[in-house]
Amino acid sequence: MSEVTYTIGGEAGQGVESSGAGFARAHARAGYHVFALQEYESRIRGGHNIYQVRASDQPVRAHSRHHSVLIALDDDTIPNCLKDVRPGGAVIYDAERKDVDAAAIEAAGARAVGAPLKEIATTVGSDKIMANTVALSIASALSGFDFAAVEEVIRENFARKGEAAVDTNLAVARAGYEWGLQHVDDFPHRLPPAPNGNGRPMLVHGNQGVVLGAIAAGCKAVGGYPMTPWSSVLEYLTESRNLGIVAQQTEDEIAAISFALGASWGGARALTGSSGGGFALMVEHLSLAGMNEVPLVVIEVQRAGPATGLATRSEQSDLLFALHAGHGEFPMIVTALKDPVDAYYRTARAFNLAEQYQCVVMVLSDLHTSNSLLSAPTAAMDYDTVVAQIDRGKTLTHEQLDDMPNGYERYAFSEDGISPRAIPGHANALVHGMSDEHDESGAITEESINRTKMVQKRMRKLDGAREQMEPPEVYGPATAPLSMVGWGGTYGTLREVVDRSDGRVNLIHYTDLQPFPAEGARPLQEAKRLVAVEQNFTGQLARYLRAQTGIEISQKIIKYDGRQMSPEWVLERLEGIAG
Amino acid sequence: MTTATAPVTLKAYKPLFAAENTWCVGCGDYGILAAIQQALVQLQLPPHRVMVFSGIGCGSKLPDYLQCNGWQTLHGRALPAAQGFRLVQHDMTVLAVTGDGDGLGEGGNHWLHAMRRNVNFTHLVENNQTYGLTKGQASPTSDPGYISSTTPEGSVEYAMNPVAVALAAGATFVARGFSGNVKQLRDLIAAAIEHPGYAIIDILQPCITWNRVEYTFKWFRERVYDLAEDHDPQDQVAAFARSLEWGDRIPVGVFYRTDRASLDSQTPAIQMEPDRAVALRDLPVDREQFEALKAALT
Repeated sequence: MSEVTYTIGGEAGQGVESSGAGFARAHARAGYHVFALQEYESRIRGGHNIYQVRASDQPVRAHSRHHSVLIALDDDTIPNCLKDVRPGGAVIYDAERKDVDAAAIEAAGARAVGAPLKEIATTVGSDKIMANTVALSIASALSGFDFAAVEEVIRENFARKGEAAVDTNLAVARAGYEWGLQHVDDFPHRLPPAPNGNGRPMLVHGNQGVVLGAIAAGCKAVGGYPMTPWSSVLEYLTESRNLGIVAQQTEDEIAAISFALGASWGGARALTGSSGGGFALMVEHLSLAGMNEVPLVVIEVQRAGPATGLATRSEQSDLLFALHAGHGEFPMIVTALKDPVDAYYRTARAFNLAEQYQCVVMVLSDLHTSNSLLSAPTAAMDYDTVVAQIDRGKTLTHEQLDDMPNGYERYAFSEDGISPRAIPGHANALVHGMSDEHDESGAITEESINRTKMVQKRMRKLDGAREQMEPPEVYGPATAPLSMVGWGGTYGTLREVVDRSDGRVNLIHYTDLQPFPAEGARPLQEAKRLVAVEQNFTGQLARYLRAQTGIEISQKIIKYDGRQMSPEWVLERLEGIAG
Repeated sequence: MTTATAPVTLKAYKPLFAAENTWCVGCGDYGILAAIQQALVQLQLPPHRVMVFSGIGCGSKLPDYLQCNGWQTLHGRALPAAQGFRLVQHDMTVLAVTGDGDGLGEGGNHWLHAMRRNVNFTHLVENNQTYGLTKGQASPTSDPGYISSTTPEGSVEYAMNPVAVALAAGATFVARGFSGNVKQLRDLIAAAIEHPGYAIIDILQPCITWNRVEYTFKWFRERVYDLAEDHDPQDQVAAFARSLEWGDRIPVGVFYRTDRASLDSQTPAIQMEPDRAVALRDLPVDREQFEALKAALT
């Protein structure tokens, strides 16, 4: 694998995210595999934000701790990141800055590139904010990136601001690029030839994957309340209202899930979601959906808690909460997302499972997965595959009800625990349900034999669902002396760790979590030595696996500072364990 | 199968569900149930085209006693569910039945925003000014001085005035009824159902177990009078003034109605295909539209 990793550090309001995303897009279109990471603070202006673009000739699924080119638009970037610049890598900063110690940069093994960022931005351009464009153009010259791709993205991004804006930004970029060419010398971190030819792959993040999956699966209703990092799911579905989707921002998360359940009761495939604290507000309704057997897809995009926690940082600390959310006992399916492409198929599948088993399917994501961009060909999210798999289980359409006799009972007992589900509105089936314990007709009863049978009926649905749960993926050599055990959004990082560990480590990665897959314990039993790798303090997956399988994983690599673990960080810690 | 042309009679709304009615003999909820049944018959709505949501409390058991589509949800949570349902089944009649503690206390935030949002459904508040089912604790509409197990020296909190709050919060149809006058309540419910937006009826509902001195059938009968005699329901300011009347004379009837556009009528998914409910449309999204979404990410 040959790659260049560009990292831009700056304040909120300096265009770090927008210019970084454009730069990522340019590389993807030029034929590179791209992964882009953003780390930002919970504020509109100021602070210290990071945007990293990793471009490679091989598929790349994670960020890197190490930078080939570091662009310092603010005061914090060099002190924070200099130690992680690759040998011979460049540190680009404004030549006018007095606080930057070029000698210290050189002493750290990097190249100090003091450049006229502000000067070009204000003389060729019209605003010092264009410094980000100058810096990225210099970076392009250093890495040997084709300037035409940069030009194309600039044209596109500024088109809505008019021709003058396009011309000014192009002139600034060209001036930066020319300046860069004169300072390339023998810069060692050059891009390899692009492997994919010029094309137009998607650059897609996890929340977009979720929404595309939901839309392809026929989601017709969403209720939601804004909260980082879940919000963009609600926003993107709202943008897609012209596809026949009812999208409603509600007064709070309690209303959001109630709204979605009401829509589902009405027969629509429905979705809601939130993050940590907002999800906590929804919990009583998970129990309601369990009692009244209402299909629903719930997206939980975890962020670092507890309470308000780190609002814009990532964590995997809601696992045990999600698995046990809700009072009383009822069936619920829980699955976790690996990456944006997985998000597409897994979310679409969640709608099928929800209707097949008439229950909540909780989809666990995390902030890192939700907003990190991955390049993928459009064919990677295939419409036909999802549409062909649409399965509404025992949902009765109005056409089917035309031929049904009277006497419909919503909670009729059945062998698999699943009752035919009518959609209200048809003369042959009144749909009646009470959240008290009820009989087959849906009416309240406290009678003990009925109670026992109803509990068994609801819980029996898990037996069928369990058969559909996927065992963990085992990635890497089966004979590896050490197996990492992970789940959800660390997938990309941990795969790269396996790829870089010369056969010493493999990965057992869980996605379907509840009901626990029938074959879920086998890879653990077959492994030589286990280490749990998780973004939380208590090793929640390890605790869950012990409860499910009796296998205790005593070695743990855990991280809970809100920053996604990098492959390098994990590799270092494995050194300590591999003895 | 019922044909659309057969007249709808009261028999259609008599419950066939096996549920035993657990309301106290003489409960004010019986009058409300009767008025709902009569209103639905008056409007000739067949039971399968009606969906009733409720929260939790004595009155929220009503779906068990009414032969139509029904879902008793959670305490305080009937209103958002009703709105979600209505927007995907916009040609069905949607009712939400809540108590005062349920709909105005636990569900207070949902109530405020339902009024603002103006989705087309009818909200019936069974207002008995107490928590009946949990044994008489103070509710949001209990008067100062109300003595109960949680207010042993008498409540010191101001009693919420549901009509006044509804007028301030933007409800487009605001009425008050009395469960002891079923005929008038029937007509109010029918008018609320026909109103194309959120409609609330604050229903004075004596709790025969916990309201022993004030707020009995007799107490209300001596005080209620019909607003229709001398009130213009288009006049929001006059409606507010009338809403503050309480004590010796208590107005019932329609306080206010206005024709602000409902959320339903402005919902793009409904506008696209007004003749077919969102929930009953084909699932797969159009292939070209879907491919365009992906192309936008390239």
